Amino acid sequence: MTLLSLTGLTKSFGGLMAVNEVSFDVPVGAVVGLIGPNGAGKTTVFNLITGNHRADRGTVLFEGRDITHWRTHRIVKLGIARTFQTIRLFQNLSVLENVLAGCHCRMRSGPAAAMLRTPGARREEKAALERALAELAFVGLAGQEMQLAKNLSYGSQRLLEIARALATEPKLVILDEPAGGMNEQETAALIGTIGRIRQRGITTLLIEHDMSLVMKACERIVVLEYGSRIAEGTPEAVQGDPKVIEAYLGTED
Amino acid sequence: MYIYGGIFAALAVAPLFLNPYWVDVLNNVGLYAILGLSLNLIVGHAGLFNLGHAAFFAVGAYTAAILNTQFAIPVLWLLPACALAAGLFAAVIARPIIHLRGDYLCIVTIGVGEILRIALTNDIFGITGGPNGIFGISRPTVFGYVIRKPHEFYYLIGAFLMITIFLFHRLENSRFGRAVNYLREDETAAEGSGIDTSHYKLAVFVLGAAWAGMAGDLFAAKMTIIAPESFSFWESVVMFAIVILGGSGSIPGVLLGAVLFVGLPEAFRDFADARMLIFGAAMVVMMIVRTEGILPQRPRLYPLPGSGGTGGKA
Repeated sequence: MTLLSLTGLTKSFGGLMAVNEVSFDVPVGAVVGLIGPNGAGKTTVFNLITGNHRADRGTVLFEGRDITHWRTHRIVKLGIARTFQTIRLFQNLSVLENVLAGCHCRMRSGPAAAMLRTPGARREEKAALERALAELAFVGLAGQEMQLAKNLSYGSQRLLEIARALATEPKLVILDEPAGGMNEQETAALIGTIGRIRQRGITTLLIEHDMSLVMKACERIVVLEYGSRIAEGTPEAVQGDPKVIEAYLGTED
Repeated sequence: MYIYGGIFAALAVAPLFLNPYWVDVLNNVGLYAILGLSLNLIVGHAGLFNLGHAAFFAVGAYTAAILNTQFAIPVLWLLPACALAAGLFAAVIARPIIHLRGDYLCIVTIGVGEILRIALTNDIFGITGGPNGIFGISRPTVFGYVIRKPHEFYYLIGAFLMITIFLFHRLENSRFGRAVNYLREDETAAEGSGIDTSHYKLAVFVLGAAWAGMAGDLFAAKMTIIAPESFSFWESVVMFAIVILGGSGSIPGVLLGAVLFVGLPEAFRDFADARMLIFGAAMVVMMIVRTEGILPQRPRLYPLPGSGGTGGKA
């Protein structure tokens, strides 16, 4: 069954064709990798899915629903959460509050309920706190709740972004270079985390340059070059694909 | 906590020991504290630069003045009407400009403030009394007791300030309070975490404006005469400076800012000539050595398990 389906997705910036007629499907429960050389348009594809950019053409279907021109926060509420390639945490807020940001879209109380501190608002706040703590424990950041986000190590900041994304209770998480800036040990732990995300029934779509991670964690891989999809398949099939080898290594002449 | 308790106790009995002039100074401090707290939601918490807050204060004051003098509605009953008028005015003007960033929004809000002041001076719709303003606003009554003297106003304004602090403190420590902080820190990340950023910008702008409208009602009741000159650009600057220097996003900071900006100049009246110079120098020093304000926003505490129920260390 297909969770996310891209059809003919196209986006250009000025004269640059960043994403050109890209189509692929993400099945429910899978871990799908999106790879390609620098500047291939991977992050742009992510931005088109999550509503950060508007597609020129093409459609994004999520659970059969057309979300192509939806605003980001609605897409998150529908069940797609993401992390950013350049870490975008709320640097001056605590680790805990960063994760609580993800809980926001599953809460309802407004300013009046806050001022009156209604029982409903208190209950909701308590539940959100528990959920945030659980997500922090899930990614391995338990005990650092009251640190400021900016004081975390680079690898921990990436994990915090994942925790924030998971706190939105997503059906699909989109990870943009989750292992960027991580050492080998941290990367190994991250592969474990991605596996546990999958066990929770959450589908994952990720961009990654670390091929060992991609080959270990993903069961399907989509390869982009110059904004176009050049290959798609299992890790083994993609590794052996001459077009992929050419895109990464160049041809002999 | 003891410090705040002590300050509260001292302020509660202050009118007994002060002459009416100083009580009136404290009344102004209180009024600016309310205005500062309302602007703090917008500037301090949401990071939206609003240098036209006096406009919403004015809308509240004029709403009170017109409805009171034309229809003889008691001024304190007009608090919701003033909040509504200022809030609506804010919603209408903020809607098209709220997406502007930083300094652009700042310039537009200055423009709005000035346009409103000039409109009031030009007797717009024939109801604002032009440059002379509106006079003959009746005194507020609380349970049949007419509030007239400065020390009576002191307790009225003080009560409203207390309520404001109480409610805003709760608001800060809530889903709403966090949401506006997220959009101040990183709008893209906030939107990407599922927060409807344009909704929250508008909501916090309208809420802050509505509160300033209620402060306008108290101001009209206290003065009994209001005129456009009370709502000049300078007033917006003072409110802005109270927030920035006192401590963006911090209730104690804003209260201290109000004391420094409104109370201290009165204390130094004898040096009236050098006052602005000293003030300017103090601001420059502040901006260099402590950009986050004198009493900056402190991290919220949460009842974490295993930390005694009061929250972990920062």
